[in-house]
Amino acid sequence: MLVTSAPGWPEVKSTFFDWDYFWDSMPEIFYAFKLNVKIFCIAEVFILAFALLLAVLRSLRGPVFFPVRALAIVYTDFFRGVPTILVIAVLGFGAPALQLRGVPTSVVFWGIVALVLVYTAYVSEVYRAGIESVHPSQEAAARSLALSHGQTLLYVIIPQAVRRVIPPLLNDFIGLQKDTALVGFLGAVEAFNQSQIDASATFNYTPFLAAALLFVAITIPLARFTDWLVARDRRRQLAAAR
Amino acid sequence: MGLTLLLALVVAGAATVGRTSPPRATAAGAATCKGALDTLNLVNAGRLTIGTDNPAYPPWFGGTPAKSSKWKVSDPTSGKGFESAVAYAVARWIGFHGNDVDWVYTPFNRAFAPGKKAFDFDINQISYSPARAKVVTFSSSYYDVNQSIVVNKGTPIASVHSIAGLRKYKLAAQLGTTSYQYIVNRIKPSSKPSVFPKNDAAVQALKNKQIDGLVVDLPTAFYVTAVQVPNGKILGQFPTQSGGEHFGMVFQKGNSLVNCVNQALASLKKTGQLKRIQQKWLAKVAGAPVLR
Repeated sequence: MLVTSAPGWPEVKSTFFDWDYFWDSMPEIFYAFKLNVKIFCIAEVFILAFALLLAVLRSLRGPVFFPVRALAIVYTDFFRGVPTILVIAVLGFGAPALQLRGVPTSVVFWGIVALVLVYTAYVSEVYRAGIESVHPSQEAAARSLALSHGQTLLYVIIPQAVRRVIPPLLNDFIGLQKDTALVGFLGAVEAFNQSQIDASATFNYTPFLAAALLFVAITIPLARFTDWLVARDRRRQLAAAR
Repeated sequence: MGLTLLLALVVAGAATVGRTSPPRATAAGAATCKGALDTLNLVNAGRLTIGTDNPAYPPWFGGTPAKSSKWKVSDPTSGKGFESAVAYAVARWIGFHGNDVDWVYTPFNRAFAPGKKAFDFDINQISYSPARAKVVTFSSSYYDVNQSIVVNKGTPIASVHSIAGLRKYKLAAQLGTTSYQYIVNRIKPSSKPSVFPKNDAAVQALKNKQIDGLVVDLPTAFYVTAVQVPNGKILGQFPTQSGGEHFGMVFQKGNSLVNCVNQALASLKKTGQLKRIQQKWLAKVAGAPVLR
């Protein structure tokens, strides 16, 4: 009510919610959105693997592993602290500028590398929280069965830890999906960049709405799936307790 | 068919505006707005507030910004460079003094954002199009522009001499420029063109050879090859499109100030002053070969 009765509402309505522009721009934006999907699918595979490795490295104990732990901490602090778009800009324009043989110049490649670097830092913290939430008695029990530290991690700790952190992992996955729009800064025509192209051609912002709906169309089902996973897990735990 | 109808509607709309504007001018007290500063619809009374992007690039803007200035690369307040010179010539014609003019940083996306604008007009190489004119008001043309393509010397694309020959290369343009539409609608390359939010990002990609060719307006191409990409060359300019392409100043939709600015531009064209400004700042632009 407050919005629709505002003095600028007719102007906002015609520049943000024009259905002709919406349907005109949708096919192109949908086509461009496939690039976003490609980026987050490829990136997520590497993120899940690298982040787990990083979390395990950080959980290693003993003075021997101090340098490894320290490096893992420095990495996490750095890439969680730097804005993603800066990492994308520096890698996307900086790495190809070296003009080294064999170094790819594809902006999509470097966009994915940048997202993997940043999100590995976030996701490793999620994994670490999961690993630390597993009760120490689990480890003690495993070691008393003569499992090595590595075997304990692999067969006892990590399976329990990962299951617990699936909801936050999916949360970060949704964040990653949205951040694929930042790769557009390098000139790749993904959904947001395409919607900017359409908006700037007509001076009408409705294409942004089309892009937003495409992102939401993917993230909402994923959020419901996460809810369902959590509920299922809870049901199973309660069943086991009975 | 739909486009023709749209064009017809826009032309009809423009004609209506043309019919209604003279009485408004007479209501202000004279047939011309020259010197009638207090009758103008301005953001800040008595001052002319002009928007443009930052950095402002030559040859559109010139002068060296002071260290403390918020402007980078060029200084719009210097009156140097084509657009700055045109803006000050228009301001002086209306009756402003040089120090009555304020410049505000306006990224391209802000130039057409809905709501009250922070500038009286924006001058930033913005091409007129009927669709855009539905959202903002354009002044009449202050520059008729051709598109051109910049490439790296010694790369395969550098030996191409036709528009058809460009199709297999990775082309790029800056966001919001008609250069992008030129690539998509006229060149029709086989791979999707890249689009960069800023001139500097596009130039970096060209230097890195992440793109083969950058399509920009011809005066910008001269600056890109002279300063930004030392190994760059202008492959050529594209033939003028039917109806031509021109830059206009952008006003809040329906701002009556546009009538005054159009009077100023018409007078500057008549006296040859606009041509002299163009010769001074865009002189080199004539020499690029035309690609067909």
